[in-house]
Amino acid sequence: MSLTHAFFAILRRDLILALRRRSEIANPLLFFVLVITLFPLGIGARPQLLQAIAPGIIWVSALLAAMLSLDSLFRSDFDDGSLEQILLSSHPISVLILGKIVAHWLVTGLPLILIAPLLAVFLGMPQPAIGVLLLTLLLGTPVLSLIGAIGVALTVGLRRGGMILSLLVLPLYVPVLIFAGNAVEMAGNGLPVTAQINILIAILLLTLVLAPWPTAAALKMSMS
Amino acid sequence: MTQSSPILQASGLSCIRDDRVLFSELTFTLNVGQVLLLEGKNGSGKTSLLRILCGFREPDAGQICWCGECISDSQYYADMAYIGHLDGIKKELTVFENLSVALALGRPGQYPLSDALVRVQLSGYEDVLVQALSAGQKRRLSLARLLVTQNRLWILDEPFTSLDKQGIKLTEILMTEHTASGGLIVLTSHHDLNLPAVDVQRIHLS
Repeated sequence: MSLTHAFFAILRRDLILALRRRSEIANPLLFFVLVITLFPLGIGARPQLLQAIAPGIIWVSALLAAMLSLDSLFRSDFDDGSLEQILLSSHPISVLILGKIVAHWLVTGLPLILIAPLLAVFLGMPQPAIGVLLLTLLLGTPVLSLIGAIGVALTVGLRRGGMILSLLVLPLYVPVLIFAGNAVEMAGNGLPVTAQINILIAILLLTLVLAPWPTAAALKMSMS
Repeated sequence: MTQSSPILQASGLSCIRDDRVLFSELTFTLNVGQVLLLEGKNGSGKTSLLRILCGFREPDAGQICWCGECISDSQYYADMAYIGHLDGIKKELTVFENLSVALALGRPGQYPLSDALVRVQLSGYEDVLVQALSAGQKRRLSLARLLVTQNRLWILDEPFTSLDKQGIKLTEILMTEHTASGGLIVLTSHHDLNLPAVDVQRIHLS
């Protein structure tokens, strides 16, 4: 079968699996919504403050929600041997792995983007900033899945890899957080954000091209 | 059959695990139509050897060649299929979905999906979720995976586990057919292998 066929077969397989185990979709999304709704309660009746820190709150929550969902990327495939079968395929493994990452983003990243406008309004974010927030999430969350995949691939063979995973992956998430948070904040103040958006696009393209290779290599290492 | 050129060649293989030498200087050659049976007690390195043959582990010494080329440089992965301790079957997917994914990862083999299911006596289970199947039926499903994809070398780790007598017989028939059509098989088994028509090599690991 052709490579595109294999790519879409993996993508389709992971989407079906996600639909049949709904908690995997629900958990990160629920976490995202809960954290954001708790902030106004914790801060108290200070809408100005809330408005000022809204970009940071949403982006940090999105980042943590993405981290929370990472382990599910390869765990079940590793445990039941499906990963062995994928690695033994004659197709380039990085492309198959990219299929899995895309499915993971569709299942965990996309729902965050869909619910984010509601939460942005809830935090009192100004109108122009909401559009930019969605754009940064659209560009940034795939990066979180792509970079995260490298970390999960390295730690999937360890029994308690969770802590190491956070240490490995969080520093690499920081550039996305800085540029995305900054873009939303500047948009709220009516300033141009082209530079930040360009950098986010560059990061996305770079990780899209480069991340699947180390992920595939790390998965092979985790197998031995 | 023995005149044909060697296809799978291992020379000087050794495997060291946790400072324990499981095997060293292991050399064998497997020709078309031959079966290699690995014997030995638990922990003697049978599975380790199979995982080395799959490329999951690097041998601590030695090399493996497929059709005269080192396995990482050759068509090896397009020609081999592996069934390990873990079935590699998703229990949340149906029988049919599992086989379609296996087919997409490889090349179409001699049997279409439905025929392969008939072969392993799982027809009628196409739309059943795998979690509803018994352990033996899951094993049969992984055998069906060998049939739907095109591959010459089967690497089987304890293929008879949890199969009933009929299933064991079926596996032996499939193995005989596979070798008769020019295939090669490397397997480990504690079950007495009953393959009268096949050239079986044995390696005893200790």
